[in-house]
Amino acid sequence: MNLGDWISQPVNWVFTLLALASAYSGVRVVTSQNVIRAALFLVGALASSAGLFLLLSAEFVALTLVLVYIGAVIVLFLFGIMITRAPLGRDVALDHKRRAPAAITSIILFAVLSWASIRAFAGREVTGVGDATDTRLLGEALLGRFVVPFEVVSFLLLAALIGGITLARKDLSPAEEEAREAT
Amino acid sequence: MDGVDILIVVGRVLAVFVLLLVTTIFNVWLERKTIADMQNRVGPDRAGPFGLLQTVADGLKLFFKEQINPSKVEYGMFVLAPFLAVIPALLLFMVVPFGRPFTIGGREVLLQGADLNVGVLFILAMSSLAVYAVVLAGWSSGSKYPLLGAVRATAQAISYEAAIGLSIVSVVMFSSTRAGGTLSLAGIVESQAGTYLGFLPRWNLFPQVVAFVIFFLAIIAETNRAPFDLVEAEQELVGGFHTEYSGMRFAMYQLAEYMNIFSMSAICATLFLGGWNGPTFDGQIPAWVSAVLPTVWLLIKTYAVIFAFFWIRATMPRLRYDQLMQIGWKRLIPAALVWLILSTVAISVRQFGLPWSA
Amino acid sequence: MLVNQFLILAALLFSLGVYGLLVRRNAVMVLLAVELMLNAVNINLIAFESLLQTELAVGQVFSIFVITVAAAEVGIGLAIILMIFRNRSSANVDDFNLMRL
Repeated sequence: MNLGDWISQPVNWVFTLLALASAYSGVRVVTSQNVIRAALFLVGALASSAGLFLLLSAEFVALTLVLVYIGAVIVLFLFGIMITRAPLGRDVALDHKRRAPAAITSIILFAVLSWASIRAFAGREVTGVGDATDTRLLGEALLGRFVVPFEVVSFLLLAALIGGITLARKDLSPAEEEAREAT
Repeated sequence: MDGVDILIVVGRVLAVFVLLLVTTIFNVWLERKTIADMQNRVGPDRAGPFGLLQTVADGLKLFFKEQINPSKVEYGMFVLAPFLAVIPALLLFMVVPFGRPFTIGGREVLLQGADLNVGVLFILAMSSLAVYAVVLAGWSSGSKYPLLGAVRATAQAISYEAAIGLSIVSVVMFSSTRAGGTLSLAGIVESQAGTYLGFLPRWNLFPQVVAFVIFFLAIIAETNRAPFDLVEAEQELVGGFHTEYSGMRFAMYQLAEYMNIFSMSAICATLFLGGWNGPTFDGQIPAWVSAVLPTVWLLIKTYAVIFAFFWIRATMPRLRYDQLMQIGWKRLIPAALVWLILSTVAISVRQFGLPWSA
Repeated sequence: MLVNQFLILAALLFSLGVYGLLVRRNAVMVLLAVELMLNAVNINLIAFESLLQTELAVGQVFSIFVITVAAAEVGIGLAIILMIFRNRSSANVDDFNLMRL
């Protein structure tokens, strides 16, 4: 497929827009000097990848991403940041002084990953927007073939729930413990 | 898809917007009148007949007021936050079917913004996005009271979303026994057509009454209405998250709040009260009346829920924050889980028989 | 649409996540970078699913698993960070040498 054919598909323009938005937000997530701004740019990156999922006809996963990630996980982040401190403007000392080794590592990683995928999947096309994947199929796969991982993940969530409560609980002094038992 | 189809889609979306905006104007007036009546006051009665134009007058006043930018705000976010409140509120109603699909000139017209086949998930996603407006407003104001309101809002939204989700899951499971399993709101409405024993409508309300109560309490909290309005508790937090807002930006928050109330009530009516189902007297009265009647039924049901919102606001004192969290985590979520298990067991026994009866 | 355009975007986001992971000192920011990497993995999974069209929609199922595990990870991670912040009043990963005290 040459460039002209590629550009002539409108779905690729949508992809380009979403990819630019997602790349820009990704860059700002790791370079922003304010914690809350970084979290909000992560929202941008996630929202544009939800758009990409819609392009690839994965409606259910796209909405789950919005619901779980944007609606709960990032809100949790913001909550965590705000009850400790909520800085406006630049924050101090978010980064290490030496950025070059990290930058070199990630550039090399990017080069290797993209070289490998260009070598392996050159010219292979994906099916785009069309009939969305049947949600029923996903449900049957989750509770049929993948029921064991499903149960393991639910056990993990339970463990995380209990762990979160244990960590966040205030340690009571012995006097308070007695007062609580008395009531 | 030709030009007429595109026109129909545009018309559907416009119809949703117009319906939302007109009912919002009406709802503000209705709330003030209802609460005034319950408190032995007259309420707005100057602008227009019965004071109906009061909301328009208020809106115009706010439109011409100065928009103050306090010196410590994060300007970009401060301006963006009100829009983030309005957009999910508009999108929320897009998936609600507000009338029976009808055929005109050989084309079927759905009375619904968009019939997503994951509509229920879309509702949950949009209602969870609404919290960003509050959080960003609180943080970008650069002042203590809004920040406190924002912190309260985050915890409240996360807690009550779980209850909403769990109660919707039991409804979806239940309606799958009738309509063959669907996450689309149109499908859930269709599964509630008909009657029990010839007189009782087959609404999800009757078999799923516990889920209904949980859902109703949780949407009051999700729309930040009294008695769960700790986000903007006037006596404690001045104005809560919108303390620093004025003029049109403030008006957008009010608009979003009332649109959310209307959409959430319509969703409640759709999931539990049969949506647009109701007697349409096909063939006995003019066809256009039969086509309009389902929309009227939906509006009547929605306004019954909205009236309950106002009624509770006029009756109940505001909760303390720890009480709010206790109701969410120690009452609603366990109740929703227990109900989910019970109704799943009941459904599977009805479908597959008792485990030992093979 | 080529599958490579998704894979390269995902590689870019993943490398950005690695950069953030290495360069950030604030623990919350490190977690944000991890989320970016997990999201890149999700893009890969969905793209491969769309390429291979597996019978059981394996790619989508696994991206749902990834999202769930990420939610658990953030819950626990933030709880730990808040605990350390309470005890040490610092969210700097260089100060997290609790094991040697």
